[in-house]
Amino acid sequence: MKRREFLKLSAMFGAGATASGLLTGCADPPLPGAGQVRTSPTVCNICFWRCAGTVYQEDGRPWKVIGHPQDLHSQGRLCTRGTGGLGSYQDPDRLRQPMLRVEENGRQRFKPVSWDEAFDHIAERMRSIADEHGNDRLCLFSHGVGGSHFRKLLTAHGSTGYTQPSFAQCRGPRDIGFALTYGEGVGSPDRTDMEHSRCIVLIGSHLGENLHNGQVQTWIKALEKNASVITVDPRFSVAAGKSRYWLPIRPGTDIALLLAWMHVLIHEDLYDRDYVERYTKGFEQLAEHVRPFHPEWAYLETGIRPDLIRETAREMARHAPASLVHPGRHVTWYGDDTQRSRAIAILNALLGSWGRKGGFYIQERVELPEFPTPAPPKPKSDWKAVVQKDYPLVPSGITNVIIDASIGADAFFKGWFVYGTNLPFTVPSSADKIAAAAQSLDLFVVIDTMPAEITGYADVVLPECTYLERTDPIRNSPERQPSLAVSLPAFEPRHETKPAWWMAKQIAERLDLGQYFPWEDYAEVVDWQLQQVGSSLEEMRRIGVKNFPRKTAMYFEPGETIQFRTESGRIELYSETLAYFGHDPLPRYTPQQRPEEGYFHLNYGRAPAHTFGRTINNPQLFELMPENAVWVNPLAATRFKVTNGDYVRLKNQDGVTSNRVRVRVTERIRPDSVFIVHGFGHTDARQRLASSQGADDNGLMTRILHDPIMGGTGMRGNFVTLIPEEQSA
Amino acid sequence: MIRYAMVIDTQLCIGCGDCVVACKTENKLPAGLNRDWVVEATRGRYPDLTTEFRSERCNHCSHATCVHACPTGASHLWKDTNIVLVEANKCTGCKACIAACPYDARLIMAPDGYVDKCTFCHHRVEKGQDPACVSSCPTHCMHFGVLNDPNSAVSRLLATRQQKVLLEETGNQPNVYYLT
Amino acid sequence: MLEEVLVTVRDNPHIDPALTVWTWEIPAYLFMGGLTAGIMLFASLMILRGKEDDFPFVARKLPLWAPIVLSVGMLFLFLDLSHKAYVWRFYTAFQPASPMSWGSWILLLVYPVSILLAACTLRSGYPWLGRLVDRFRAGTAIINFACRHRALVAQWGLVLAVFLGFYTGILLSAFSARPFWNTGFLAPLFLISGMSAAAAVVLLGTRNEHERQTFTRIDIVLITIKVALIALLLVNLATGSRVQIEASHMVFGGDFAVPFWVFFVIPGLMVPLILEYWELKGQRRAWMMISPVLALYGSYMLRHLTVDLGQTSSYVSYVNTFDPTLLELLR
Ligand SMILES: Nc1nc2c(c(=O)[nH]1)N[C@H]1C(S)=C(S)[C@@H](COP(=O)(O)OP(=O)(O)OC[C@H]3O[C@@H](n4cnc5c(=O)[nH]c(N)nc54)[C@H](O)[C@@H]3O)O[C@H]1N2
Ligand SMILES: Nc1nc2c(c(=O)[nH]1)N[C@H]1C(S)=C(S)[C@@H](COP(=O)(O)OP(=O)(O)OC[C@H]3O[C@@H](n4cnc5c(=O)[nH]c(N)nc54)[C@H](O)[C@@H]3O)O[C@H]1N2
Ligand code: SF4
Ligand code: SF4
Ligand code: SF4
Ligand code: SF4
Ligand code: SF4
Ligand SMILES: [Mo]
Repeated sequence: MKRREFLKLSAMFGAGATASGLLTGCADPPLPGAGQVRTSPTVCNICFWRCAGTVYQEDGRPWKVIGHPQDLHSQGRLCTRGTGGLGSYQDPDRLRQPMLRVEENGRQRFKPVSWDEAFDHIAERMRSIADEHGNDRLCLFSHGVGGSHFRKLLTAHGSTGYTQPSFAQCRGPRDIGFALTYGEGVGSPDRTDMEHSRCIVLIGSHLGENLHNGQVQTWIKALEKNASVITVDPRFSVAAGKSRYWLPIRPGTDIALLLAWMHVLIHEDLYDRDYVERYTKGFEQLAEHVRPFHPEWAYLETGIRPDLIRETAREMARHAPASLVHPGRHVTWYGDDTQRSRAIAILNALLGSWGRKGGFYIQERVELPEFPTPAPPKPKSDWKAVVQKDYPLVPSGITNVIIDASIGADAFFKGWFVYGTNLPFTVPSSADKIAAAAQSLDLFVVIDTMPAEITGYADVVLPECTYLERTDPIRNSPERQPSLAVSLPAFEPRHETKPAWWMAKQIAERLDLGQYFPWEDYAEVVDWQLQQVGSSLEEMRRIGVKNFPRKTAMYFEPGETIQFRTESGRIELYSETLAYFGHDPLPRYTPQQRPEEGYFHLNYGRAPAHTFGRTINNPQLFELMPENAVWVNPLAATRFKVTNGDYVRLKNQDGVTSNRVRVRVTERIRPDSVFIVHGFGHTDARQRLASSQGADDNGLMTRILHDPIMGGTGMRGNFVTLIPEEQSA
Repeated sequence: MIRYAMVIDTQLCIGCGDCVVACKTENKLPAGLNRDWVVEATRGRYPDLTTEFRSERCNHCSHATCVHACPTGASHLWKDTNIVLVEANKCTGCKACIAACPYDARLIMAPDGYVDKCTFCHHRVEKGQDPACVSSCPTHCMHFGVLNDPNSAVSRLLATRQQKVLLEETGNQPNVYYLT
Repeated sequence: MLEEVLVTVRDNPHIDPALTVWTWEIPAYLFMGGLTAGIMLFASLMILRGKEDDFPFVARKLPLWAPIVLSVGMLFLFLDLSHKAYVWRFYTAFQPASPMSWGSWILLLVYPVSILLAACTLRSGYPWLGRLVDRFRAGTAIINFACRHRALVAQWGLVLAVFLGFYTGILLSAFSARPFWNTGFLAPLFLISGMSAAAAVVLLGTRNEHERQTFTRIDIVLITIKVALIALLLVNLATGSRVQIEASHMVFGGDFAVPFWVFFVIPGLMVPLILEYWELKGQRRAWMMISPVLALYGSYMLRHLTVDLGQTSSYVSYVNTFDPTLLELLR
């Protein structure tokens, strides 16, 4: 304390000695940043937008993470989850050491083992599978950057089986739908040019709750310049609240609306004639196809007034080509999703927004050479031809199909590596199948940071350190400008945890595949790659992000002739390819099943505070949103006699009942629907914060609407009713 | 006297709570204590609805009833500004300031027991930086600056946009404004 | 319809969902303060008017209790502090705008006067104690000094008592942020209630018939005034601003209706009033001695309820979307 005060005090009581005893440590708490501050570059790994940022430590203790000003993904500002990223490092419930499933007097349990034991076991099993069935029978499920190291390991071993939930449970329909139309997908980050859009149409796409940083920021920029936003959503989403037009559509009827919009654009001659003639193919068939789908027809399906359909169509046309019909991201909804994505793609073509300012821009990335390693062996089979033969149009792995192809003695896949994906909470009604697969698989490795539910099925669990404790592959995602970002360890790995690159290398060496990992530390690879483009690890450690000049134009030049990567080299409004494979060459609307009396559409989505189920146990984010609540319209609430704060269980059409979940009575949801945020209702008690908080939507999805074109799992065909709990909180 | 103000555009705020996490990390607040919070106000009946999000915190009132109530001078104005701070080593924990704040914007620091509150991040303002919440907001809907300067961003926003403050009737003259 | 909810959890302990920063300590402190005021007021009066023989208990025995009760009150105040090591900070500053600050300094004045008041009545009131104190030179000196300036001490006692009594009310009514407190009736109400508490103590202590009679009368008057002031206070709130009207609703049918009417007004005001009235009418029973006890209980409850009601009445009410108690998992 300050001497002057001390004197004042002792004068007061004449008892300086005793008093000063009372006052030890009475100085004001130090101001943040007054101590020794250290910083290091990172790339946020809390979701897949992968914003670049800087980690701050003060006096050796973690302090904060903030966005990198030069980063195009974040514009210098991380989102809620990224700002709370330190919580993933601090989480007390993290996996701590490798674990091996052991049989002890009839009972199975996980035994903490040394890394060597774990690796020996894995290598031994990989060998025996190769001997018994062939070296092509392993599959990697991956949703995260570190997965690339295991992919390298498995391809080197001879297995190319690979899948990400971000296809069959997420973007698949959009990527296929756009590829069929434009010859290429939308990519990630999505190539939407919203900051220049004058009109933005959101089909679902709950931007603001969906907190993909760059998306939200560019959308907000558009709002600031008062672009008109048209939001199509059965729920009064955050985006709807900021839109000029909110179309509270009846769930599952979007294709009807999209067809009606095309009808108006063509019928009223509002489409971009020049663009359509110059670049597209099959316009006549399209015009013919949509003739009967006038707004009055669509009204009966969608519940959206015909005049509003016309008005919004004209609004799009008025601002074209700076009119963006957003392709959406999580689009596995009703099983007709590839067709809906096609409809969106076609609508954009009519507006001439693809390749135009305010529509879809052309992305660029850095030509970054791969670190030289031997070419992997030629796989002895084409697993897709075997496992995914029903989906010839799909270039990627289909999670759910691969799970099915892993069950039973004669299954194709004999070993799984699961990196950074919590399958039982990610692939609808997959828990039983994963359990069955676990029976027949000879190897089941899970690489995770948390005791997620998937680890419960594994026979080996490898604890990875978080992105804040490791060197990750260079971020080189396509963007407005070619750009590189590095993610370097800010802290020492906690407990026994290790980075994925180290695990992959260790296993490789045990299989005599060491030549595929010819380095001691993955940082050498990063450094080498950076050297090739005139930078270095040393430089990037300092600057974190490096942007490079564009080489090509960001939009089509006026009147430029373009060779699209489709069969015909043109934008295919009418798809010969689809026709050839026996699908509708033009999007067709088929009505969806509606809820029975007393049941509601099970609607789900995101909350800004969390990423799926992976952040619920993150202390900093748990504090913001410790549970999810089921949104219930006041009409439904009175009917079921529930009010705010009551707890209910959700029972679906097949009798599956959820964990208890808190009721939120709100006008923001349609009377025929309820809404919950995905990712809650964890069941593994080792996640002490997250376990049994809120309801899990995935478990309630027993009615899956498979997409005949891309094989993904449509999730929005499920209905639930409310079962009030006795006690209310 | 320099009058600092925060101007928050409810048209752009998405209620993401980044401002809350940023505050807690920047200022190293213990778990379960908040200097700021986000309110959602939905008006109307389906389907005629409006939703407003508000990031709220201490208003650094020009008529700071909390400061008046403090018997020790622990609650005080920072330098010659309207930024209201609490000096921990002058705070007895009598909690009069808490009762005196119509916005319930103050909190009791755990475990020490002195009273804590939003500081407008004066430790950053001092260095010419925006408060942590403002500089983290992904929608750039928060603005911070000096009201005395008519050319400051905040002054210009208030001059051109519709606005409101919370609980004007208390007479506390709050300095956090909401553009509507 | 308006739905206003918190979308991030807010659960600052003792602030949310409603203030509970002050529980029993502050009401007890205010009660003791008010009682001290009442004691000093009556004692000083009787001393000044030279009524020692008519009111032996009040003028000779009562004063000693002032410093004792006050000390206990100050102990309660100390117990309430959440940053105790810094209690001395009350006395490193004087903040004219802060009732809390006034209070701490007033107490500093009241304290010596209350001791002197006790001293100048000690030999007559508690001879054995007087002899004990006289054993020490300092003790004798103080008593003699007090006795010499008896009148002056009593005058100061009178003035400071009124200050102190009012202060216990002003401390709360000065909080414009708390609708239930923010009314002019609190100060007089607390002063009167302090006096009636003192009167009750007299009734419990005195052996003198005339003294009892008089103070029963006094107490009846005081309680009646109290009832009147409470009525006025409620009317004043019920006809006030939006938040004040809401505040008044808490006692009319709200969460506080039962505590207020059943546990305060009836047993703490009405019953003693009736009993003491009967007493005057002459039918006196031993058990009626509970009436002063109830009166004391009443004047504590008044403060306890007022403190609770004030903290509960607020300009803001935050409703969490998510269960705030889940944060306990983190604390
Ligand atoms: N905070 C946060 N942000 C995230 C994520 C996260 O985990 N957390 N995840 C990221 C990922 S991987 C993805 S794929 C995206 C997903 O985010 P989006 O691509 O935006 O997902 P959607 O399913 O389109 O959005 C859900 C919205 O669709 C509405 N909806 C429901 N049924 C229908 C219907 O029949 N028709 C229409 N038109 N709308 C309907 C719902 O009401 C809800 O508002 O979010 C990304 N952003
Ligand atoms: N019911 C339902 N299902 C859905 C969705 C939905 O909205 N509802 N959304 C779908 C969509 S759009 C997507 S993209 C997918 C996402 O599906 P997932 O990516 O599987 O989502 P999470 O549940 O977050 O699982 C991530 C797992 O990775 C772990 N992890 C996190 N960081 C790391 C790391 O650095 N290293 C390693 N090794 N592991 C890590 C986490 O602990 C967690 O176990 O889910 C899809 N499935
Ligand atoms: S969007 Fe948010 S969570 Fe995702 S990478 Fe960026 S900051 Fe991290
Ligand atoms: S960070 Fe910005 S957008 Fe998010 S809630 Fe706070 S103020 Fe609103
Ligand atoms: S909001 Fe409350 S704490 Fe902040 S200055 Fe105003 S009265 Fe004081
Ligand atoms: S609690 Fe501390 S800051 Fe608040 S009034 Fe008391 S002494 Fe002042
Ligand atoms: S100004 Fe600073 S202290 Fe106040 S809420 Fe924002 S971040 Fe927190
Ligand atoms: Mo996704």
